[in-house]
Amino acid sequence: MDQEFKRELILENYQHPFHRGLKGEEDGYLVKNTNNESCIDNLDISLKIEKGRIIDATFDGEACAISTSATSILLRKLVGLSIEEAKELVENYEKMIEEEDYDQEKMGELLAYQDIYLQPNRKTCALLPANAVSEIMKQLKKQ
Amino acid sequence: MHREDFPFLKTGLIYFDNGATSLKPKVVLDSMQEYYEKYCANIHRGDYGISYRASEIYEETREVCKNFIGASSKEEIIFTSGATQSLNQIIFGFFKKYLKKGDEVLITKAEHASLLLPFLILEKEIGIHLVYVPLSKDYTLHYESVLQAVTAKTKVVAISGISNVVGDRRPLHEIGMLCKEKGLIFLVDGAQSVPHEKTNVVEDHIDFLAFSGHKMLGPTGIGVLYGRKELLEKMEPLQYGGDMNQSFSSSGEVSIKSVPFRFEAGTPPIAEVIGLKSAIQYLMKIGMENIQSHEANLKKYLVEQLKKYPQIEVYNANVNGGNVIFNIRDVFSQDAAIYLDHFGICTRAGTHCAKALKEELPVQNTVRISFYFYNTKEEVDKLLQALSKSDTLYDVIL
Repeated sequence: MDQEFKRELILENYQHPFHRGLKGEEDGYLVKNTNNESCIDNLDISLKIEKGRIIDATFDGEACAISTSATSILLRKLVGLSIEEAKELVENYEKMIEEEDYDQEKMGELLAYQDIYLQPNRKTCALLPANAVSEIMKQLKKQ
Repeated sequence: MHREDFPFLKTGLIYFDNGATSLKPKVVLDSMQEYYEKYCANIHRGDYGISYRASEIYEETREVCKNFIGASSKEEIIFTSGATQSLNQIIFGFFKKYLKKGDEVLITKAEHASLLLPFLILEKEIGIHLVYVPLSKDYTLHYESVLQAVTAKTKVVAISGISNVVGDRRPLHEIGMLCKEKGLIFLVDGAQSVPHEKTNVVEDHIDFLAFSGHKMLGPTGIGVLYGRKELLEKMEPLQYGGDMNQSFSSSGEVSIKSVPFRFEAGTPPIAEVIGLKSAIQYLMKIGMENIQSHEANLKKYLVEQLKKYPQIEVYNANVNGGNVIFNIRDVFSQDAAIYLDHFGICTRAGTHCAKALKEELPVQNTVRISFYFYNTKEEVDKLLQALSKSDTLYDVIL
């Protein structure tokens, strides 16, 4: 993925994000707030899960271009996945951001963030939505 | 002004985040280095010359602080780790006993977490009532609003001298006179005001004042708590240990030292106190009036120039002070700060630790420029140049 395409992808998802507008617990969604302790990003993310599958995902809040776009791209990819598939995707994404070995094939548009480690202070921005989704998964396990 | 005194400025960076911390002149660094290299000893003990010398300079700093803020005696100066510790000591060491359920504390939503948060905890603990004095349309605090908020139950007015977001210089003298007349205790968070304007606790009837060394050219880890002697006598220490007690025994008899020593338990930050002394002496040489007018001129210039930039929204244009808060239209403040960082310009994005202020401002997060006397018009021009190309922002940061 070339730099220009990555930039366009990030910008497109920042300016016109997927499913912005939070649906909450009253609509049967699991909601998790995620914020970056070292800066000011603050997002709520919610997933609707039925029969072990994510059937919808929404978010809202105030965050930078990296956090917002990463949330948009990740949530779009999550819809339709089983819990196991979703976990795998999030883990794989986290590995990519943290510069560990990861499966490039499965990343799709999330590859837009593959070089984010070059700006270490932005890694937490890119990881923000992944943290919230992981938390929701943990919550599910407990139920 | 005086840029040659600041080794940091050789980096070529433009430092506009003085509200967060300030740069350090070489004299401050040298004085601390000298302590560590030539008379590195603990204070208030030791029958040897270098300990005596360290103790002497430590106590001289109290005198320097006293003169700097116009206090009546050096016993009214307590060294702390910073404004946060000073405020916590005042609020939990004094007000927790002094205030009773139903008593009112006048405060504003523009206050920093270090002032507002301890009072919010005290409100829960002992049932005092925090009354938020309304801010004016430009988010500043006016004397009349304070006057109107005073009731028979009001016991304290607790505000910053200069607010750290909007940057307005509060009418301390008028409010102090009011407090004196009504018998209220006047607590001032001086973290943003003491470094930038002349402070006089006696003339302004300030009962308690807190400030930090690092925002006024000094090192981190050192701050000051000023209190009127009579009030300090009633304040309780929050920390017990060495150097603050007179005597104690296993039967539980404890006798503590006099004010201010009872509030300085354990080995204090000696090098930092020495650094603070150099910093204050340096500031006094420049003159606080000169500092204040230089910053006001820079602000005026920046605000005037920004009028030519339709994409920039300034939120405190007409406020008298050295802060400019703004956003680039449709750009998240953090992205704007990251963009400016690409030009070597250091700014701060966010709520600036005054999280209750978002209930008043039209936006939650802003970019803050906070000047000090070493900033220049040329640096402001470089900022303007960067902002003039802000349509390329995402090409730069992504």
